[in-house]
Amino acid sequence: MVEELKNLQQLKNFLASMGGYVEESLKQATQALIDRNPNNHENVEKIEQKINECHLQVDQTCMNLLAKLSPFASDLRLILACYKMNNDLERMGDHARNISRGTSQYLSKKEIPHEKDFLQLINETRSMVKDSLDSFVNKDIEKAKEVLLRDDIVDELKNTLTIQMKELMKKDPDYVESALDFILFARNLERIGDLATNIAEEVIFITSGDDVRHGGFLK
Amino acid sequence: MEKSEELLSVRNLNAWFDNFHAVKNINLSVQKNDILALIGPSGCGKSTFIRCINRLHEEVPKARVSGEVLIQGENIYDRGTDPVKVRRQVGMVFQKPNPFPGLTIFENVAIGLKLSGIKRKSILSEIVEKSLKQAAIWEEVKDKLNQPGTSLSGGQQQRLCIARALAVNPPILLMDEPTSALDPISTARIEDLLQELKKHVTIVIVTHNMQQASRVSSKTAFFLMGDLVEFGDTSLIFTKPKVTKTEEYITGRFG
Amino acid sequence: MREKLKSVLSVNDFRRKIINVTMISLIVISSLVAIFPLLSVFVFVFQKGFSTLSLNFFTSLPAPVGETGGGMAQSLLGSAMLIGLASLIGVPWGIASGIYITEYGHGKSAWFLRFSNDLLMGIPSIVVGLFTYSFIVAPMKGFSLLAGSIALGIIMIPIVSRSTEEILKTVPEHIREAGLALGISRYRVILNIILRGSWGGILTGVILSVARISGETAPLLFTSFNNQYWSGSLTQPISSLPVQIYTYAISPFEDWQKQAWAGALVLILFIFTINVTVRFIFRKNK
Repeated sequence: MVEELKNLQQLKNFLASMGGYVEESLKQATQALIDRNPNNHENVEKIEQKINECHLQVDQTCMNLLAKLSPFASDLRLILACYKMNNDLERMGDHARNISRGTSQYLSKKEIPHEKDFLQLINETRSMVKDSLDSFVNKDIEKAKEVLLRDDIVDELKNTLTIQMKELMKKDPDYVESALDFILFARNLERIGDLATNIAEEVIFITSGDDVRHGGFLK
Repeated sequence: MEKSEELLSVRNLNAWFDNFHAVKNINLSVQKNDILALIGPSGCGKSTFIRCINRLHEEVPKARVSGEVLIQGENIYDRGTDPVKVRRQVGMVFQKPNPFPGLTIFENVAIGLKLSGIKRKSILSEIVEKSLKQAAIWEEVKDKLNQPGTSLSGGQQQRLCIARALAVNPPILLMDEPTSALDPISTARIEDLLQELKKHVTIVIVTHNMQQASRVSSKTAFFLMGDLVEFGDTSLIFTKPKVTKTEEYITGRFG
Repeated sequence: MREKLKSVLSVNDFRRKIINVTMISLIVISSLVAIFPLLSVFVFVFQKGFSTLSLNFFTSLPAPVGETGGGMAQSLLGSAMLIGLASLIGVPWGIASGIYITEYGHGKSAWFLRFSNDLLMGIPSIVVGLFTYSFIVAPMKGFSLLAGSIALGIIMIPIVSRSTEEILKTVPEHIREAGLALGISRYRVILNIILRGSWGGILTGVILSVARISGETAPLLFTSFNNQYWSGSLTQPISSLPVQIYTYAISPFEDWQKQAWAGALVLILFIFTINVTVRFIFRKNK
């Protein structure tokens, strides 16, 4: 991890592999929930460490390459986007870690009947992350646009689950503790979805130069 | 942004060296007090292009020009227009600093004036001082105006050449890679100078150095093999150019 | 292995050094051999002529045949007048030609002029003399200062033209462009800028051509002939140093022969001094 990244292609590849770690971390955290496995947190912590190392190296590299290359046009946009994506990926890792941290405590409480909505939220989030990273690697602007459209689905799912939990808590107060944990998991997943849309916006920026944030995409 | 007049307008400009078509059908315009940068690989026609603006191109044997170049609304290629008069309207600074040998600093700046009829010493002194001040070199040479122009350092010589060109008060100044023969500090000084200069004169600068083009100009034109490939705001050309060839050139894929 | 490599390399080194020293010695010796004739001529003429040099030599006219004393005063003056008048003809013409070739001539016309120039430079001076005889002396029915000057002038033209051309060629093209770009007309660019910067070099060329013609003898034999008296008239024969040397040298009179040596010495010193001075002064200026 100490090897210096010397050019834009290497930076890109490195960021892609950082994305791979994030995907893995998310997979580990969510699978542990599905399988009701309270002992997986250590794995996630290890991956988190790697993600943090990458985070530092990418920042350093972006600065060095800006100074060295004085880039223009798409090269310049790429470095700026990588600089931002770096933060998005690191926060994704944090959210996955948060989920993993809360898992063993959640599992020790009254088991919440697994709704298919929760599974769908997990799958949707994971596929958004995968697709946004794929669009980055392949410069696939169409795929990035698709990711932007799916953000609403994730938001919907989170809201639905939150309402369901509120119902559950009203019906049976024994569920309160685990329901609250559950809501937090949903929130973390929804945040990860948001960060995936950030990445998609950056991909559009790199490829076309357009800044589609804050509703610019709808034009 | 205040409305600015179109100082230079180029329409369907073509130029040939014998049978070689060096400049192909160029159309562009420059607003008053703007700086236009011309970029492109070696041999793409940018130097030939600016030599069409001061009618210097036709001095080369077997050279030909067609099209129109309007300076302040007047076509310099109209029948009967004297090229010598045109060149008084357009100043030029060259790649290699070239103060006239055998002439003092004062004489170098004054010569354009003298040979167009201004002989009174007092007027000459006044204009020479003003020009040297505009070229940001007055303080360094005011006590040695009688020394040969060639006794100055490279960067100073180039500023002297700028003063010489400004002395006849042209509305346009052409610069053909003015800093490529200079060290980085002299280069930086001249680049700073351009921002001041553009208040008095409209500038067209040819440069190989894209960082310079992006630092200094507000409009950029990309030339390739005699064609004008893209022309637009400098900030857009260097962050999101419209034409693929432009993108490739400025990210260093060729040239 | 390394030892073997080292010894092979050092043998090669040694051989290389020997060859180097040998070559340099050969070159130095060649240079010395080349200077030798120059030095020996100088020394010889100096020995032969120095004793005859006196104030008298420079100020008096030749003595009648048989009498000793007398000098070459009229020859010195005559040479000066011939050179002066020849320069008036050769220098402006030559400079103008050089300017045209460099500044205005393009392609074929410049090539033709340059070629003609080279041909003219190669014409033996005696042929120039005969030419001038046919066209000036014969119609005028007499030798004259005018004819002599014209002959010498014709010889000067290509030399001055060529040296002007060489100097002007060293002025970089972008200086001319800078002049034109200021809105100065072409002839003014040439006169006020280019010539002003290269006058030193052109003057050098002119002075060296003067040195060259001051020794020309053959053309003068047919044109200015000789004169034992003062002369200032354009249409009368006039004496010159080379011709006088010739006349005295082939004469049977010992006194005259000695004077010939003295004249030769003066001629050599004159040419030598000009060459050295010109190169010294204008090397410093550059």
